[in-house]
Amino acid sequence: MNFPADLKYTKDHEWIRVEGSEAYIGITDFAQKELGDIVYVDVTTLGEIVAREALFGTVEAVKTVSDLFMPLTGKVLEVNKDIDSAPESVNTDPYGKGWMIKISIESAPELQDLLSVDAYKALIGA
Amino acid sequence: MKNTALTQTHTSLGAKMVPFAGYNMPVSYSGLNDEHATVRNGVGVFDVSHMGEFILKGDNALNLIQKVTSNDASGLIDGKAQYSCLPNNDGGIVDDLIVYRIDEKTYMLVVNASNIEKDWNWIKQNDAWNVDMKNISENTSLLAIQGPKAMDTLQKLTDVKLADIPYYSFVKGKFDGVDNVVISNTGYTGAGGFEIYFENQHAEKIWNAIFEAGKEFGIKPIGLGARDTLRLEMGFCLYGNDIDDTTSPIEAGLGWITKFTKDFTNRAAIEKQKTDGVTKKLVGFEMIDRGIPRHDYEIADASGKIIGKVTSGTQSPTLNKAIGMGYVTKELAKPDTEIYIMIRDKAIKAKVSKIPFLKK
Repeated sequence: MNFPADLKYTKDHEWIRVEGSEAYIGITDFAQKELGDIVYVDVTTLGEIVAREALFGTVEAVKTVSDLFMPLTGKVLEVNKDIDSAPESVNTDPYGKGWMIKISIESAPELQDLLSVDAYKALIGA
Repeated sequence: MKNTALTQTHTSLGAKMVPFAGYNMPVSYSGLNDEHATVRNGVGVFDVSHMGEFILKGDNALNLIQKVTSNDASGLIDGKAQYSCLPNNDGGIVDDLIVYRIDEKTYMLVVNASNIEKDWNWIKQNDAWNVDMKNISENTSLLAIQGPKAMDTLQKLTDVKLADIPYYSFVKGKFDGVDNVVISNTGYTGAGGFEIYFENQHAEKIWNAIFEAGKEFGIKPIGLGARDTLRLEMGFCLYGNDIDDTTSPIEAGLGWITKFTKDFTNRAAIEKQKTDGVTKKLVGFEMIDRGIPRHDYEIADASGKIIGKVTSGTQSPTLNKAIGMGYVTKELAKPDTEIYIMIRDKAIKAKVSKIPFLKK
């Protein structure tokens, strides 16, 4: 499994790529493997400010459904529309084409609480 | 946690293992959609050795089977099998099963892994004849080789003419040099193929021989995940989901395996249901709006009234749409009736559809 060192992670198996005052969010390679074939991602919070650890959407796989939680408080600026027509990209390219949302970072201190790649790997025993 | 004779093989093949009915079982290998397509289009192999097998022997074996099962086993001949269920006394189902007639005085019952102990006790409890019963589950391996290329694969390993075995029939013969293998034209996928029963000691050898024989067809191991999506596309019931101790065979659409040509447990009540009708029915449905139904989601009518529950649901890999089964009130059981599935507090539109979802 692949866990890029330049990303931040959460215990909910999400990754965060910080770009200035914004961040891209998706699920980790571990998460996509656990879920199996993804059917669609349902983001219900576009344009809203969502608090850290609150629900921003759900990801439906063939076998199961999983909630998606905000790793940081922020406004959901953009949803990756490409995964509507190609949901398998969450499985095949979770850190690239499979990104889910772009947010504005509303509370910079929260960044301190995100997991480093090593901490995340330790969490999942990788 | 119990292992099958092939647990080590699954692990070394990289399977994702999960606990299921007390067994450590493979849930997926290459990925659910890929495994599903392999069975629909080629050939795949399931290790379902967790299933239970009982042997009933003697002059009264048939009497006991007739008493505890809903289908009429008296019509079976040697080498024939039938789908059946064990009704309880309260209107529900103890388990569903397959009854195999080996010979006039020898039958094999194949039951769900999660119910082995419950079924054994139930049958024993109903045994007024002291029938010779043996539980051979722990020593028996069961492989399901399913898909359009299953016959071509298996024919390489046996002289038994597989094309001559009709659906729900079996032959006990030599397979890959092993004697007394039960080769049964049955399955839980709707893709065609066979299920083979043999002693654990041969499991690895037979597994390897099948994979060698199926190489040219792209044979793959298949997990329980795809087993569930495959059976659901066919509308086959899964015990514990679609049927259980509280659902009647008539409600579940299993009227075709309840035969009133003989006496059996709770017959009078079941016959009354068949005559008078039932208030709820198990139906298939497909989603019209986006959403995937899951076990235990509520089902509502157009006015928002809750009328039942989803018992099984998934995204169908073959049809590429979300499908499910669930109990609804009789009035809403007709095909094309609009119903609503409650998904995270939202009513998502669906319609009742005929099963099997997958048409031949």
